[in-house]
Amino acid sequence: MTQTLSRYANYQAAFQSLDAATQGSSPSWLRQLRHNAWERFQQLGFPTARRGNEKWKYTSVAPIASALFDYSPSPVNAPAVSLSQLGQLVPSAPDWNTLVFVEGCFAPALSTQPVQGGPVLAGSLAQAASGQARLVQEHLSRLAKVEDDGFTALNTAFLQEGAVVHVPDGAVAPAVVHLVHVAAGSPRPRVIFPRTLIVAGANSQLTLVESYVSLSQSRYFTNAVTEIVVGEGAKVDHYRLLLESPEAFHVGATCVCQGQDSSFTSGGFFRGAALARNDFQVLMDGTGAFCTLNGLFLTTDNQHIDHLLNIDHAKPHGASRLFYKGILGGKSKAVFGGTVLVHKDAQKTDARQTDKNLLLSPEAEVDSKPSLLIYADDVKCGHGATAGHIDENTLFYMRSRGLDLETASRMLIHAFAREVIDTVQPHALQVFLDVIFSQSLPSASLKFGGAP
Amino acid sequence: MATPKVISRTATTSESLDQGYKWGFTIDIDSDTAPKGLNEDIVRFISAKKGEPEWMLEWRLKAFRHWVRQKCQEPQWANIHHPPIDFQDIIYYSAPASKKDGPKSMEDVDPEVRAAFDKLGIPLNEQAKLAGVAVDAVLDSVSVATTYQDMLKKAGIIFCSMSEAIREHPDLVQKYLGSVVPYADNFYASLNSAVFSDGSFAYIPPGVRCPIELMTYFRINQVNSGQFERTLIVADEGSYVSYLEGCTAPIRKESQLHAAVVELVALDNAEIKYSTLQNWYPGDKQGNGGVYNFVTKRGKAAGVNSKISWTQVETGSAITWKYPSVILQGDNSIGEFYSVALVNNYQQADTGTKMIHIGKNTRSTIVAKGISAGHGNNTYRGLVKIMPTADGARNFSQCDSLLIGDQCGAHTSPYIEVRNPTAQMEHEASTSKVSDDQLFYCQARGLSVEDAHSMIINGFCRGIFQELPFEFAMEASQLLKVSLEGTVG
Repeated sequence: MTQTLSRYANYQAAFQSLDAATQGSSPSWLRQLRHNAWERFQQLGFPTARRGNEKWKYTSVAPIASALFDYSPSPVNAPAVSLSQLGQLVPSAPDWNTLVFVEGCFAPALSTQPVQGGPVLAGSLAQAASGQARLVQEHLSRLAKVEDDGFTALNTAFLQEGAVVHVPDGAVAPAVVHLVHVAAGSPRPRVIFPRTLIVAGANSQLTLVESYVSLSQSRYFTNAVTEIVVGEGAKVDHYRLLLESPEAFHVGATCVCQGQDSSFTSGGFFRGAALARNDFQVLMDGTGAFCTLNGLFLTTDNQHIDHLLNIDHAKPHGASRLFYKGILGGKSKAVFGGTVLVHKDAQKTDARQTDKNLLLSPEAEVDSKPSLLIYADDVKCGHGATAGHIDENTLFYMRSRGLDLETASRMLIHAFAREVIDTVQPHALQVFLDVIFSQSLPSASLKFGGAP
Repeated sequence: MATPKVISRTATTSESLDQGYKWGFTIDIDSDTAPKGLNEDIVRFISAKKGEPEWMLEWRLKAFRHWVRQKCQEPQWANIHHPPIDFQDIIYYSAPASKKDGPKSMEDVDPEVRAAFDKLGIPLNEQAKLAGVAVDAVLDSVSVATTYQDMLKKAGIIFCSMSEAIREHPDLVQKYLGSVVPYADNFYASLNSAVFSDGSFAYIPPGVRCPIELMTYFRINQVNSGQFERTLIVADEGSYVSYLEGCTAPIRKESQLHAAVVELVALDNAEIKYSTLQNWYPGDKQGNGGVYNFVTKRGKAAGVNSKISWTQVETGSAITWKYPSVILQGDNSIGEFYSVALVNNYQQADTGTKMIHIGKNTRSTIVAKGISAGHGNNTYRGLVKIMPTADGARNFSQCDSLLIGDQCGAHTSPYIEVRNPTAQMEHEASTSKVSDDQLFYCQARGLSVEDAHSMIINGFCRGIFQELPFEFAMEASQLLKVSLEGTVG
């Protein structure tokens, strides 16, 4: 017990300082929510990879649990960030609606003004809580449950700043909404708790990009939670860019709930972070919903990335497509856990999971666990997983056409990545991703043509 | 050389089709039974009963102590549900009371036992010998008789009960027992190591191709008794053996526990083919009773170019918890796993395989077919692990599930761990129901709904049945038909 207390002592102090600082400003329900979450976090703690903990079987969060991170509840301490610095780090287009958060705090100066007739945007939850109180109160912490996940509980305990995006019924967001979370870097490692709530009303449309970037190469811990409510017949395109510092820890959870006949598409792009976890929970809570989760990750050196993607077919006639690709170099390790759960009544479900991995170095490791849990009979579900190196015959063909080994293998790795990048709709984003991924592609460190 | 035939254990008459579980008779024989419960004394009792040497007792006690340290906490990770098992409410040793040293010849076998096995269709007597299959029959954990000794002896093959092997070939047993499944491997393996009462032992000397198929036949007869048998097969350099295993149990209201361990060792250039037809009593239509089948099966392809192949047809047991695995240690070694698992009524199966690639250019193939009907739940759980040393390793896995009825479940949980980039690993899984179009086509050709289903299901499993020895395959498809009776139409 004493060990538990001392282990979370710095979070305890931070929680108390936040609680004191927001005594007057936060509504009582929000404070109650935080208190409950903090209570829950103390019970749950950080997950351990002990036997039987399937969700964390291949990933140890010991480096996160044992480190001490600074936390500051007010935006005053946030270091200055200039627009030009930001411009190089994130994709942008003139008409995008951008909200910038520096070290978890909303930075209005760096953000664009909301467009007339566009979605309702709010930079800080506190601000939204006063204007859109009912909406926020109704949805916040509804999908991302604090009960079963220590990291979500921790994030919720420190819930204060965060983005709220609301598209009213029948509205079409005229421009891409871009949420940028910047880690400015400080001498002492800090913890950031980004929080996002997206509510797309019935028959609305929204394209949204979440970017997590860093100005420095330093160590910090991002613990993000995003909740997305997709109303009946709504269409939401969601992109999540993880371009953290190579030393960073990132644990992100995205929880989605889909209404009838809605469509949700997500593209996840991951590069950077020493230890990253990408949790995705999609609940298809209406008939005829469609969901696509695409992903591309690139790891080198000692990076470790863990994806846990759950698609929950609760209602009939749903379709889901999961397509993740990984490129691994160095001594990096990637974990893929995908689950498709088809409930008893979810007949006519059509689900497909694919996980493809390219291993470019002898020390890289991939652990894949794509599982299907099916309780309905009239369904079509499948999954496929592959792992391997660049095909030697293809390389040979290209070399016989006069390309050198280096160029040929780069082309093939690039093509492997392009399959996911090509699914990105906003042109500016697609171009940006292609550039940063082709810049950082690891080269194949294996010999071909001889005995290994 | 002509392939010897295996006698089919079921009469393929129509009567077998309109009965539920026709292997559910009990045999009335005085058995020499240990008191209920498990403690060190019971372990000593079993060991003494078998007249085992000191080292064997020591090994059992080590296993028992390890098991006790696990505090009766059986593994919880599998997708199966059952009331907690009271390990003190089980009889751990039950032998048919017979002459002191067991039957010396076929004539010595208790006629009632013989009659029982005749009922089961096991070729135990002379007439069966003509059919050409060597049988080691295990009744309530004790080996009753082993046929065909002379012919095998001539080839230098040792095929006998485990107790006999411990007495007659202690060096071989000591060398290999526990070398693939150590006593501390898992909860049920520890339990088995402590209390196993008998099983089969086979040793194929270098360069010998076993002329006939070896077979073990298991049956639980005693009420409230658990069956804990241990099988060890060693194929020495360049040898080949095909091994068959069949099982049944009488109908009992209470559930019975079966926790067996099977170890296979294949040395350089050796090949072992292991086929199982598992037809333990699955419980009644409401899910009462039935056998809890918690089995650890593992093979070690220890030598270069060695091959181990598992083929299983699982239609019985209330609960099946079984992962026949292959450790691919030798360079160029091959592991295969072909499985059909069928669940009906309230049966549950959590089964699959593990392929651990260690040697260079090792290859493994997994083809698993799951059929779920009624309220059954069927889980494929498998692991393909490619170690950094396994250059050029290759794996292909395919798991297909077929759902019949809307109350059943089919689940697939493969674990894939790749640590070598020169390895190629592919996994494919699909889940679907019997297609309406196929059914319509068959019906349009005049087949009844039931026959059409049966035909489509047989087609679904065809790839696996082809791996079985011929008559076993016939029996397997009959079993499927019987097990699925009444689920459609």
